[in-house]
Amino acid sequence: MNKDNNHVELLHNQYIKSLKLENRWVRFYQAIIFLVFFSGWELLSKKQWIDPLIFSSPSKITTLLINKIQDGTLITHIGVTLTETILGFILGTLLGTILAAILWWSPFLSKILDPYLVILNAMPKVALGPVLIVALSPGYPSIIAMGAIISIIITTIVVYTAFKEVDPNYLKVLQTFGATKFQCFKEAILPACFPTIISTLKVNVGLSWVGVIVGEFLVSSKGLGYMIIYGFQVFNFTLVFLSLFVIAIFATIMYQLVELLEKKLIKE
Amino acid sequence: MSFLKVQDIHHTYFTKDTATTALSDISLTVEEGEFVSFLGPSGCGKTTLLSIIASLIKPTEGTVLLENKPVSTSQNEIGYMLQQDYLFPWKTIEENILLGLKLSKQLNDQTKNYALTLLNQMGLNDDVKKQLPKQLSGGMRQRVALVRTLATEPKLLMLDEPFSALDYQTKLKLEDLVSNTLDEFGKTAILVTHDIGEAIAMSDRVFLLSPRPGRIHKTFEMPTELRGSSPFAARNHEAYPSIFQTIWKELESLEQG
Ligand SMILES: Nc1ncnc2c1ncn2[C@@H]1O[C@H](COP(=O)(O)OP(=O)(O)O)[C@@H](O)[C@H]1O
Ligand SMILES: [Mg+2]
Repeated sequence: MNKDNNHVELLHNQYIKSLKLENRWVRFYQAIIFLVFFSGWELLSKKQWIDPLIFSSPSKITTLLINKIQDGTLITHIGVTLTETILGFILGTLLGTILAAILWWSPFLSKILDPYLVILNAMPKVALGPVLIVALSPGYPSIIAMGAIISIIITTIVVYTAFKEVDPNYLKVLQTFGATKFQCFKEAILPACFPTIISTLKVNVGLSWVGVIVGEFLVSSKGLGYMIIYGFQVFNFTLVFLSLFVIAIFATIMYQLVELLEKKLIKE
Repeated sequence: MSFLKVQDIHHTYFTKDTATTALSDISLTVEEGEFVSFLGPSGCGKTTLLSIIASLIKPTEGTVLLENKPVSTSQNEIGYMLQQDYLFPWKTIEENILLGLKLSKQLNDQTKNYALTLLNQMGLNDDVKKQLPKQLSGGMRQRVALVRTLATEPKLLMLDEPFSALDYQTKLKLEDLVSNTLDEFGKTAILVTHDIGEAIAMSDRVFLLSPRPGRIHKTFEMPTELRGSSPFAARNHEAYPSIFQTIWKELESLEQG
């Protein structure tokens, strides 16, 4: 018995060791890719094998990063874009869910609106940018609207589908207690679809970044999208790349945070 | 005057390309404190009939009167238990059993205590109160569902194949528990089942339904000696096999006809 146990433990330890080893190799190759990419880029740019004016170089980008942090402008731009994106995706998810609730409430209305939802969903929402800017005046409101509008319709469709798929027997239980339609929504439909709503949140983070960056392209006054357009106009591609990296990093962080939130909320 | 009076019920379900007549010509009465069963093959309209009695579905024709008035769900006149427990997975056991009281705005210390006492009576101790349904076994969950149904003190209890998803042993135990609890409170109950034994063991009267469309084919009065005993004892009673045979033969003849 005891001998068997020892043997199993030994095998388990070996298994753990092999896992660790594999993990180490994965990290190693990830680091290699990172190093090869950036040192290659730096080298090609130094040797003028690629046009340094267009492709810049990691060292130039780093220098610019430090400058921009020191003069405080980068932080301002990041702050602007982050605020717009967060508000955009929260607003998009919220309004989408409310719309879904209205459609659930009135099946008749949902039949009427069905083709319009399909068209709106198919349409590239960023094309509405110029209209929004004129309607809401250039600035925060129109950019936040861009970040929101891009995710509203898809949220509506996904959440409404989830609402409809809730097991009708839960509603039956509530109806036997004389529940009103609002109580049915509050006690069964909404909580049952909470996981779906959270997962649309995750998709909407990505969408909102697109909406906000395009919005900033168009409004061109502040934010990371503005930095890209400005760099493009004055042909400063170091600035363009710097903005790209900052966007990549913050978009990733935001996505991870929402994922963390999802894990926390759904576990409960 | 009868406690529950079901009169000339017809019901047809309409869809785009079909019209299914689920029930035809159903009339029956149930007295206060009586336990009756609807027995019949799957698809013969038992659930439809219960839903109509509970006023969850409006019948195409006919009326249902409880104490001479139409049934109203908002006054907690009926309790309805489904085949599966349908406990809300995100609510604790306590929140689940208090749901009916909360929805009808009857939740106070007294009704809450009553619900928790019921929980104890069902053999569930206070530890489960804060647990989630997924932490409980199937039998325990069905008992919680029963507490949820009884907590609003309904006048009429409806059980739609409440034990069919459980294993045999759990089912026998729950039959006794439900039967004793209902006897104790003198509740009127309607049980839907496709299990002949269960119908015999639990009821005072059995309505045998024939399918397509659902009609009352025959009514069986259970002998007094079976009515008095618990479901488990009834299954072992000497009068049980003969009545089982009678109903079995009727069911067989239905399937052939
Ligand atoms: N919502 C519905 N729409 C259309 N047909 C239905 C609906 N519900 C039940 N039916 C039909 O009515 C008949 C009776 O169903 P049901 O009352 O569920 O039977 P049982 O509970 O005895 O199995 C079946 O033929 C079923 O297909
Ligand atoms: Mg049924």
